[in-house]
Amino acid sequence: MSKPSVLIPIVVFAALVALLGFGFRLSDPRLLPSENLGEPIPAFQLPNLLTGRLMTEADLTGEPFLLNVWATWCPSCVAEHDALTAIHTQYGVKIIGVNYNDDVDAARRWLEQLGDPYAFHVVDAEGTLAVDLGVYGAPETFVVNAEGTILYRHVGVVTEGVYQDTLATYLAQDSMGGS
Amino acid sequence: MRGTFVVIGLLMSILAQATPVNPVEMPNDTLKARYYDLIAELRCPQCLNTNLAGSDAMIAQNLRETVRRLLLEGKTDAEIRTFLFERYGDFILYDPRWTPQTWLLWGTPFLFAVLGLWIWFRINQRSYQGPKALDPEEQDKLKQLLDKG
Repeated sequence: MSKPSVLIPIVVFAALVALLGFGFRLSDPRLLPSENLGEPIPAFQLPNLLTGRLMTEADLTGEPFLLNVWATWCPSCVAEHDALTAIHTQYGVKIIGVNYNDDVDAARRWLEQLGDPYAFHVVDAEGTLAVDLGVYGAPETFVVNAEGTILYRHVGVVTEGVYQDTLATYLAQDSMGGS
Repeated sequence: MRGTFVVIGLLMSILAQATPVNPVEMPNDTLKARYYDLIAELRCPQCLNTNLAGSDAMIAQNLRETVRRLLLEGKTDAEIRTFLFERYGDFILYDPRWTPQTWLLWGTPFLFAVLGLWIWFRINQRSYQGPKALDPEEQDKLKQLLDKG
């Protein structure tokens, strides 16, 4: 046998290792595909956490905003709260909260203690809006444009770094493309 | 000491056998059976390898309730799967659809098998080509060797 044919199995093996290594690194198995990018915020009718007034998806349009799914039972939401406050005060970003599967009184107390950088919150006690949004844990944050279209979804804690690197880009993209 | 191990072993066997029970109120047994089938076959989005029936995650509770609601609304099993697929994608289906990716996944082994068979045939062909007549040069060599002897 000549030399090149000896090399073939080695090359095939190396290619396979490269392919599998790449494939394993490529996707975090915990990260779900986002099915609703480019689609409007799903319809809902849920009470405002602080006023009790019924709110719908129509109350969300007008300017781009971050839709943040949070709960008092979610430990990383505490860490995220500081970052959201900073993002709101430093960059003037509008943030709307979805209080997810939570105890309403606990949620109100939490906002009294930690401050409330949100424009308002809707109470999703049964998780219906969360399911329609494809949420599978808290916190999750969506970038939504002025027309109410979902541009981006971030699973996990938002930090100022995440905001600067990705969320801000999507919010800015909106002001260029939108009205 | 040995008694402790026996007790621990027994406790563990109880844990291993414990199947999550999701009591549900349904108007009839058919709906109830469909409910249990669906939550057994759909995957919990929060967990890597647990179905909706077996998960305590918040989202699994929400989705079990969603399945129940949709069943009561009279939706078919296919409609319920589609409803969840539209929101959670392929991840939620334990019985995946046929997509280019799944074709690749199922097809590649057969492709390799065919490739292997082909290579095997080629090697066999090359190594055994039957008795072959000597060419004139080889005949000369053979003659020389025989003459020497």
